[in-house]
Amino acid sequence: MDHTPFIIAAYSIGFVVLLWCAVAPLMRKKSIARDIRRLIQIEERSRDPNS
Amino acid sequence: MTAEPLSGSLSKAFLALLRRDLLLAFRRRTELLFPVIFLLVVVSLFPLGIGPGPQLLARIAPGVIWIAALLATVISLDALFRSDFEDGTLEQFIISGHPLTLIALAKIVSHWLVAGLPIVLLSPLLALWMNLPSESLGVMILTLALGTPILSLIGSIGVGLTISLKRGGQLLSLLVFPLYVPILIIATAAVMAASDGLPYTQFLGLLIAGLITSVTLAPFAAAAALKISLS
Amino acid sequence: MNSNTATKAKPRKHPVVLFIHKLGSPPWFYDFAGKFIPWLWLIFGVLTVLGLYLGLVKAPEDYLQGQSVRIIYLHVPAAWMSMMIYSSMAVMGFIALVWRIRIVEILAMASAPIGAAFTIVTLTAGSLWGRPTWGTYWVWDARLTSELVLLFLYLGVIGLYNSIDEPRKAARAACLLAIVGAVNLPIIHYSVKWWNTLHQGSSISLMGGSSIDSSMLYPLLIMAVATKFYYGANLLTRARIKLLEQDKRKAWVREILKEKN
Repeated sequence: MDHTPFIIAAYSIGFVVLLWCAVAPLMRKKSIARDIRRLIQIEERSRDPNS
Repeated sequence: MTAEPLSGSLSKAFLALLRRDLLLAFRRRTELLFPVIFLLVVVSLFPLGIGPGPQLLARIAPGVIWIAALLATVISLDALFRSDFEDGTLEQFIISGHPLTLIALAKIVSHWLVAGLPIVLLSPLLALWMNLPSESLGVMILTLALGTPILSLIGSIGVGLTISLKRGGQLLSLLVFPLYVPILIIATAAVMAASDGLPYTQFLGLLIAGLITSVTLAPFAAAAALKISLS
Repeated sequence: MNSNTATKAKPRKHPVVLFIHKLGSPPWFYDFAGKFIPWLWLIFGVLTVLGLYLGLVKAPEDYLQGQSVRIIYLHVPAAWMSMMIYSSMAVMGFIALVWRIRIVEILAMASAPIGAAFTIVTLTAGSLWGRPTWGTYWVWDARLTSELVLLFLYLGVIGLYNSIDEPRKAARAACLLAIVGAVNLPIIHYSVKWWNTLHQGSSISLMGGSSIDSSMLYPLLIMAVATKFYYGANLLTRARIKLLEQDKRKAWVREILKEKN
């Protein structure tokens, strides 16, 4: 039996899982940064008319 | 600091807690019966799903009965602390100055009496259904008698961790089942060895060791878990 | 007792203690980790390329397992990582519970998904190795079975952490669970191993026979070191993001975000 497909499959699954595990937090960071910026904007807008 | 005036009454407090828990459990008799009925139903499903062949049933009997015991224990575990947590009784206990470990231990003992002991008592019937060889029935009962307290003890840690969640029961099984793996392996191995006429006392020894270890460690871990959940 | 130690621990600070104190400060940690992460990724990349070249191109095939033995350069380091990360998570969990250091809580919890990813890699690579070698994708082999239980333990920690809303309480609960799991893990491992011999499991182990040739050993070790750098880089990245998320109302986070704009 030719083993090459199994080796390729094992390494590509490993690659995908580890890549996703590394990239997922970065995508999360983007959305968190967007949320925080929005939070800042809202706060500044609510502060402006008062001062 | 607070433990000093209480030290003489620790056992008294323990017994009072235990009595209260058992009393409450017996007031809700039907709820008490749910896990037991669940156990019976689950075990009876196996012959229906697999076929009534006595040979096959006898072969899988230890595993089936033990897995059903695990499931029934986890189902009843959530009730162990839930009502006391929700109505604030647990916090009152802590304010009262009793060590949380003692409270946890009392709850564990009452859980075993309410949920574990019935499994042990019903096991002859389950063994009969599953066509377990009569010479291994004694070992089956022994493993359940030694093993179900461990299930209550380890389970109490999981309950302590999930008690503050609204639907902690679903998560609880995920937390607790992997921890039950060794008990399942050792207990079923003992029963299978007895069925095959092999020596089994070493497995019972392992179960006793597990029971002693978990009695000394689990109440502390459960108390720590409760403290986190209540914070 | 707590107040006692707190008042006594005032006087002067050892450099190491000072470093630990600095690490406990979120902005400092954020900065410090941010400087480290690119280097960790770089070392990981270099080592991985080297290890895979030696393992997949240079190393000979095994006389018993054939080409499929090349999967071990992925499977074995991943399996080592899955166990190492669990133990480091439990140790950090213990530190976090005893000394209540927030950054350690965050690091312990950031470890869990990485460990779970390595466990998944171990399981898939192991079963893809099993198909040509054993003839099936899954065998209840002792190693695969304990890896599966390990995955469940990881999922339990992640599940508990994600279902409690308040982050610090969630971290402490999940840290405690990780410790309980770590106490149980050796027992699970040995009972599964023993259960496997009892039921006459398969005989060929993934690690090959008694001795391993150096042409196979070097890529294996290089990959084992490379995965540690992956863990380090990924862990610090996750910890930084968790800090941002938890501190989103604090001034230092806003300053960092303003700098970037």
